[in-house]
Amino acid sequence: MYAATVGARRYVFADLKTLLAKATPPRSGDALAGLIADSGEERVAAQFALADLPLKTFLSEAVVPYESDEVTRLIFDSHDQAAFAAVSHLTVGGLRDFLLSDHATAPVLTALAPGLTPEMAAAVAKISRLQDLMVMAAKCSVVTRFRDTIGQPGRLSVRLQPNHPTDDARGIAASILDGLLLGAGDAVIGINPATDSPERTHALLSMLDNIRAKLDIPTQTCVLAHVTTTLDLIGQGSPVDLTFQSIAGTQAANKSFGIDLALLTEAHEATLSLKRGTIGDNVMYFETGQGSALSANSHHGVDQQTLEARAYAVARKFRPLLVNSVVGFIGPEYLYDGKQITRAGLEDHFCGKLLGLPMGVDVCYTNHAEADQDDADALLTLLTAAGVTFVMGVPGADDVMLGYQSTSFHDALAMRDLMGRKPAPEFESWLTRQGVMDDTKRIRPRALPPHFKALLPAGQA
Amino acid sequence: MSNDDSTPAAADIWTELRRLTAARIGLERSGASLATAPLLAFQLAHAQARDAVHAELDAPRLASDVALHGLPVLTIESAAADKKTYLMRPDLGRALTAAGEAALASHAGAYDVVFVVSDGLSARAVEVHAAPVITEAMALLRTDALHIAPIVIVRHGRVAIGDAVAALLGAQSAVMLIGERPGLSAPDSMGAYLTFQPNAKTSDADRNCISNIRPAGIGYADAAFKLAHLLKAMRKRGVSGIRLKDDSERLRIGGGPL
Repeated sequence: MYAATVGARRYVFADLKTLLAKATPPRSGDALAGLIADSGEERVAAQFALADLPLKTFLSEAVVPYESDEVTRLIFDSHDQAAFAAVSHLTVGGLRDFLLSDHATAPVLTALAPGLTPEMAAAVAKISRLQDLMVMAAKCSVVTRFRDTIGQPGRLSVRLQPNHPTDDARGIAASILDGLLLGAGDAVIGINPATDSPERTHALLSMLDNIRAKLDIPTQTCVLAHVTTTLDLIGQGSPVDLTFQSIAGTQAANKSFGIDLALLTEAHEATLSLKRGTIGDNVMYFETGQGSALSANSHHGVDQQTLEARAYAVARKFRPLLVNSVVGFIGPEYLYDGKQITRAGLEDHFCGKLLGLPMGVDVCYTNHAEADQDDADALLTLLTAAGVTFVMGVPGADDVMLGYQSTSFHDALAMRDLMGRKPAPEFESWLTRQGVMDDTKRIRPRALPPHFKALLPAGQA
Repeated sequence: MSNDDSTPAAADIWTELRRLTAARIGLERSGASLATAPLLAFQLAHAQARDAVHAELDAPRLASDVALHGLPVLTIESAAADKKTYLMRPDLGRALTAAGEAALASHAGAYDVVFVVSDGLSARAVEVHAAPVITEAMALLRTDALHIAPIVIVRHGRVAIGDAVAALLGAQSAVMLIGERPGLSAPDSMGAYLTFQPNAKTSDADRNCISNIRPAGIGYADAAFKLAHLLKAMRKRGVSGIRLKDDSERLRIGGGPL
């Protein structure tokens, strides 16, 4: 039991998960789950109690039972006591103060990451303002490699997302051409397929690999099919750079996605065995998003931000090249408006980075959320300032397959210009060789580079 | 393609490439940013989608449009009292009010099928598409001599409220016509969800769905054909959802109709 007193009133919180939920800044998904604080005062009382909580509490009290949940077992069994020793004497509030302090440098935070649990990271986020989330995340350094180097300081990478409603190869190639001209694709060229059939996925994988090889692009490609589909295709010799999967923070929610840790382990090992990375072996790509566990009716009475952070424990087991929260995709039942989406995006980025992940964010919204391009601009700018590893690049910000608005090639370019961020170094050199950079190293394509004609339909090359 | 750098012949390339995808490719730039024309084109599409989400259903007009079949038309509300509540509380959008339950109970019987129409996330979609699809489907079902329940219009309804409606009326199958989440290219798309013996335990896996019903997507005649065919198959096999879909896939592979 946890408690805090405000004036004459004593607020009591039955257990750790209740304390975490009540301390969470408001969002519609927690209200829908019936977990939200009953008043603003109760929320801040919970934040006071949470700030005073010793971090060691998280090592003795699980928010989802150890016995029945393999994600909890992963978190407890893989916890690094030696790394934790540096902060083991602190409370949640003390950890926040430490993370903001000048002692918390990039190497210190890298060494600390295995000693922190997702719930500790989530707890700090709940008592932090947006500015804190940005400042703390910006200190973290997470670098991953496959064919290029992702996450170096001063870099902003972009996933080129050339989706098409019927997976038409020529339509996809047209979107890839547009994205490459505008400097996108250094994180990955990744398609969400319209259907999950193995034949379709194989055809798309082959097409992407052909394009990458023909243009000699220092990047990796991915078809975001279900992990079981990709695993089968690896066995059949398809050119798989990265294995993708959506993941969540409870065993039951992962089960609703048709996965468990054993399956992800099998997929990780199979992908590693292909040895397709030229400069590194980070071969997994994960997507997450607050609300997915509640949506699958498997939240165990835990708030959605804490569960989201638990998904990062799943991710980090597999040393991924890329992880991103698809923050506004789930809809207003979980994140109602631009304000809630903005906070969730910065929470997710902070927690992911603190736990040692190459964290990107799909800054996005649906048409039934109270959000628009101004909200997307604001979150994208805050994330770029916070050192986000990568963002999405969708033609004109309008994904015509998934039916939502993400960020565009132009958005990413504007951020690179505004805050002086560069693409991944190998990709930047490639862009220069293709002639799409101007004299001041800005991406300003003029004529169509000769190589790019390979992306035009027959007859136009 | 851009206002500050010339891209020789680029305009021709993009004109051709845009035939291959509805994606917003080759947009004109000003510096790194969108030029004014594509910026406003996007804002217009988003405004239309948002207007579609927030438009309130003209229930009396819809009632008169669907009343052409000699069937009574009942108009009820879900437990979500307004649009904001509807968007934030899916549980309320699936629940009937006491008044709604009473209105349905007074028409309870033993029906083969009930057509339920709900605004969902696009009132305009059902205002425009529901009546013609029902009309065409009725014509295809005429030979089956089905006992069809009163048509029910539900304001602020989610798909699953059709289960409660069918159970109270005593209908064996439910056809829910509902406005889908508007996309930038389609603010008025309607979905049809078919469920056999819907009840409190029905899940989405028990439904068959026809999505993207609109003249530029799946047209009225196609939608009505699929709807009537699925309804007949459901009634014949006594199942709906994944189990029915699996069977129809086999039928298709075997060369038979869906």
